[in-house]
Amino acid sequence: MPDFLAAWLDKNDIFTAMTILEYWNGMVTTVQLVFLSLIIGLMFAVPLAILRTVKNPFISGPVWFYTYLFRGTPLLIQLYIIYYGVAQIPGIQETFWWAIFREPFYPALLAFALNTCAYTTEIIRGAIVSTPHGEIEAAKAYGMSWFMRMRRLVLPSAARRAVQAYSNEVIFMLHSSAIASVVTIVDLTGAARNIYSRFYAPFDAFIFVAFCYMALTFTMVFVFRKLENHLLRHQRPVGS
Amino acid sequence: MKNLIIAASCALAFMAGGVQAQDTSIGSSAPRSLRIAFDVPYEPFEYKGENGELTGFEVELADAMCEQMNATCEFVIQAWDGMIPGLLARKFDLIMSSMSITAERAERILFSEPYYNTPGGWFGPESFDTDVTDMSAMKGKTVGVQRGTTMDTFVTEKMSGVVTIKRYTTADDMVLDLEGQRLDVVFVDYPVGEQTVLTKDGFKEVGEAVKLGKGVGVAMRKRDADVAREVNSALRTLKEDGTYDTIMQKYFAYDVKI
Repeated sequence: MPDFLAAWLDKNDIFTAMTILEYWNGMVTTVQLVFLSLIIGLMFAVPLAILRTVKNPFISGPVWFYTYLFRGTPLLIQLYIIYYGVAQIPGIQETFWWAIFREPFYPALLAFALNTCAYTTEIIRGAIVSTPHGEIEAAKAYGMSWFMRMRRLVLPSAARRAVQAYSNEVIFMLHSSAIASVVTIVDLTGAARNIYSRFYAPFDAFIFVAFCYMALTFTMVFVFRKLENHLLRHQRPVGS
Repeated sequence: MKNLIIAASCALAFMAGGVQAQDTSIGSSAPRSLRIAFDVPYEPFEYKGENGELTGFEVELADAMCEQMNATCEFVIQAWDGMIPGLLARKFDLIMSSMSITAERAERILFSEPYYNTPGGWFGPESFDTDVTDMSAMKGKTVGVQRGTTMDTFVTEKMSGVVTIKRYTTADDMVLDLEGQRLDVVFVDYPVGEQTVLTKDGFKEVGEAVKLGKGVGVAMRKRDADVAREVNSALRTLKEDGTYDTIMQKYFAYDVKI
């Protein structure tokens, strides 16, 4: 280790076992929050995207309204409404809902899941409607039912087209999760803010946390590159 | 609560320090002329009255202090973020805007002796009847504090492990969670709690207020040690001759004198 780095580590009181543990706990919370909201969001996004492509406006309309609402407002506002707003509903404290809404984790998870679900729905819808018409006609000519067409043709090929846009959504979601600290969740950003306010050292606290986010981001980029390589292997030039 | 922005101030102060001109010091010939900075509104310490004039506890105290020092004073309004940078860049000569004395700030600027210290107050719903100093009774309770304040430090040092501590950026968010029953009790700067919690129905002060920290001092540039001497002696006189008490009683129902 270079001498100046050793000297700096020696006299700093910010990177101690205590604060590193705080950052680590924050990282665990961030990963939990982002991972769970992405899973929930994706689970609901696939059926919603299919409904969104249905011609009947009474079916596709509500889904359109939902995605429009959640893509048209900032996530921070959604989080404020779900966390602080719900607590203002008279009598909510006496119902079983309060067990869920009392702690900040579940309202934040709900807000994040609803938000990412709206974006993912639109990503998948775009991929579904851009399925080449000839492929669908071919499937129809083989006598495939709607369900079978969806399962065998439309969804797999939509997944291939959606994966690149979805990897962006995943990364944006990780970055957006930084606002969880406004509702008292001690995620990575929350840990950084606590440590910063204790030592009045914004550079050290926030640069360290930026590196943590960067490490998470590049891990995800790596995973998605592997996934893309796998899903799009038929597009690679022969012999590569 | 203003502690929160100190780091940003320090970063700016660092830059401002770089461009600071050669100091010629405030002229030593009487009467001295001083510019004093306030960040308004911060009731009841400094705010604009009905006619737009600057008033408040610290403003009146500054007036009395200037008179005592036989100085002509000019009041400057300055946003909190730029307080220390502005002082170092000689935009004004004194800060009397509820700046708590901390070791971190004292590295950059010079503080007078403290001239007031507001306690931290415990506020909670009417139904709250636990003794906040009884650690076994407080076990499992959720306490709200503002991040980075002396109240935060106090609760973190004395009660972590016993209670769940929730840290908020603004007092408003914290009071919302107190109302929403997510918090059992909040520990907050007394005047802030008085104006945000006690103005609502169904809430009360639930424990004895605790004096924390070194208090609030007049902030000056380090090279103005002669000004500091005069400020200190003027403040001492005001505290002794009763002027301080008269002003204090106008704004507070409790003792903030230090």
